Amino acid sequence: MICGLSQSSVRGTGKTAFLIHRKVTIGMKEKTFKKISIFLFLLPALLLFIGVLIYPIIMSVCYSFYDLRSVSTTGMQWCGLDNYKELFTSGSISFWRALGNSLLLAALSVFIQLPLALGLALMLGKGIKGERAYLSIYFLPVLISTVVIGQLWRKIYNPDYGILNAVLSLLGINNVMPSGGWLGNEASALWCVFIPTLWQYVGYHMLLMYAGVRSVSPELREAAKLDGATDAQVDWYVVIPVIKPIIKVSVIFAVTGSLKSFDLIYVLTNGGPYHATEVPSTLMINMLFLRNRYGMGSTIAVMLILLCFAFALLINWAFKEKDIYGKKEHVE
Amino acid sequence: MEKKSMLNSSVDLDQFQVQKTNKFVKVLIYIGLVVWALIDLFPIYWMFTFSLKNNEEVYGMNVMGLPKQWLWSNYERAMTTGNMPLYFMNSIIVTVCAIALCLIAALMATYAITRIIWKGSQLMNSFFMLGITIPVHASVVPIFITLSRIHMVNSRIALIVPYAAFSLAMAILICTGFMNDIPKDLDEAAYIDGCNVWKTFVMIICPLMKPALATITIYTFLQCWNELMFANVFISKNALKTLPVGIQALSGQHTTDWGPIGAALVIATFPTLLAYVFMSKSIQESFIAGAVKG
Repeated sequence: MICGLSQSSVRGTGKTAFLIHRKVTIGMKEKTFKKISIFLFLLPALLLFIGVLIYPIIMSVCYSFYDLRSVSTTGMQWCGLDNYKELFTSGSISFWRALGNSLLLAALSVFIQLPLALGLALMLGKGIKGERAYLSIYFLPVLISTVVIGQLWRKIYNPDYGILNAVLSLLGINNVMPSGGWLGNEASALWCVFIPTLWQYVGYHMLLMYAGVRSVSPELREAAKLDGATDAQVDWYVVIPVIKPIIKVSVIFAVTGSLKSFDLIYVLTNGGPYHATEVPSTLMINMLFLRNRYGMGSTIAVMLILLCFAFALLINWAFKEKDIYGKKEHVE
Repeated sequence: MEKKSMLNSSVDLDQFQVQKTNKFVKVLIYIGLVVWALIDLFPIYWMFTFSLKNNEEVYGMNVMGLPKQWLWSNYERAMTTGNMPLYFMNSIIVTVCAIALCLIAALMATYAITRIIWKGSQLMNSFFMLGITIPVHASVVPIFITLSRIHMVNSRIALIVPYAAFSLAMAILICTGFMNDIPKDLDEAAYIDGCNVWKTFVMIICPLMKPALATITIYTFLQCWNELMFANVFISKNALKTLPVGIQALSGQHTTDWGPIGAALVIATFPTLLAYVFMSKSIQESFIAGAVKG
């Protein structure tokens, strides 16, 4: 309240008021001083932001129209949409396979990872003993470097000495490892890449949803309980509709995160075997390192940004309709 | 509405049949939670144990148990032959510089946006918030090309500046939240006492922003410490590699020797774990704050 009041009093001193003033009107000298101050305050952030984010994005779009095969841009050839054409049609680049893989990862994330995270969040949200300890344990893998997790899971999947085979044989399951090893088999590799992702990021989505579950007002729960709802019904009809905005954020993160996924796949398989786990990011990095095709790399980057954007909008739109429906149910 | 009024008028709650949580369900919930906790912890536990084992134990004698002999020499080998101190130092230098740069830029920008009244401050804020949604992929190629042309690939600045820039949006977001909580009366008082904007910023606002700085530091630290893509593309010189790239190189050299690799993984994770032990709550909160806005 105090804050709000003082703000309005500052605003009240006139449009040119610069914080609070001893004089209501300020002279030209002070005006320029204010302008210069604002500019200087913003300068470091603007330099970083424009230099590293805005300018490169614009250049990415530009480079995607050029046949750029070395870092010197003097002899680069304008090639129009050739990069895009090649990206969509060339069999050796296999962009569609990469896109399909990342979409499959996105679907797995949304339909396996998020329900699991939601389940954990709902269970934790009931106010059980040791809530914080569980929360901290679940969130732990999120903080560990993906490279460390990738290397760790390489060891877990190791065909000869890995812990996965040891655990399976302990459970009496033998000889289920596909030929070529877990990560070396074309059919199993993508699943084996998904499992560490699931393992690492369930905690993240759980944390977001848990924060939402805790913010559901106790009166709402109480009211439902008074009406005779069971715990499961309270979760389904009260809690989930209330935390829908957070679920939406989680879905957006899961989908765009899968589209952008790089670290874990680079460490585990680098897109192999035979493009079985190729995703657009690994494709992009390989374009730079193995083929020196900077133009094509930019093209993939541009496609990636567009796809992320499109999916974010799509998910937003999909949740909007459901929101209205959810509210309708609520009123009854 | 009806439900609310029912609660407000003090009715006897016992006359309603409130469903009690089923004992059986409760047990199931606990089992579920414990199982997932074990799934989360087991690989990490395994990493710790195999970092202390010799190959014989790892390769079959004692796959899952605690090491019979605690082989700290694995850590010694990771330090000496694996170049871990070098990578560790590089990571620290890059991370600390990136955090410092990000903090300064974010504090100054936030001050200009939230404390000085001018047309377009809101627009500027939204402009910076764009940065939360921009993926790093978008700028890898152009930055690499620019850096190569000015011969800055394989330098620490090549990592520090992009790291700071990509953490900036989040930092401004966190800063804005904290700065809005500082009463504006303080600025006014300082102004009446003769401070100009710069003095107010340095002497009044900055000291009060310590909690925000802590949150931003944690968040930026985690981003920079674990970053792979930029480090992988921009750095090929061994002397400048950060931990993620260094570990990649290390595991390429020691494919059959698990102990030192495990030790390297533990060393790389250690600072993060240490930070988490002491600040788990604020770390979790900073992640929630980032998600809600982004």
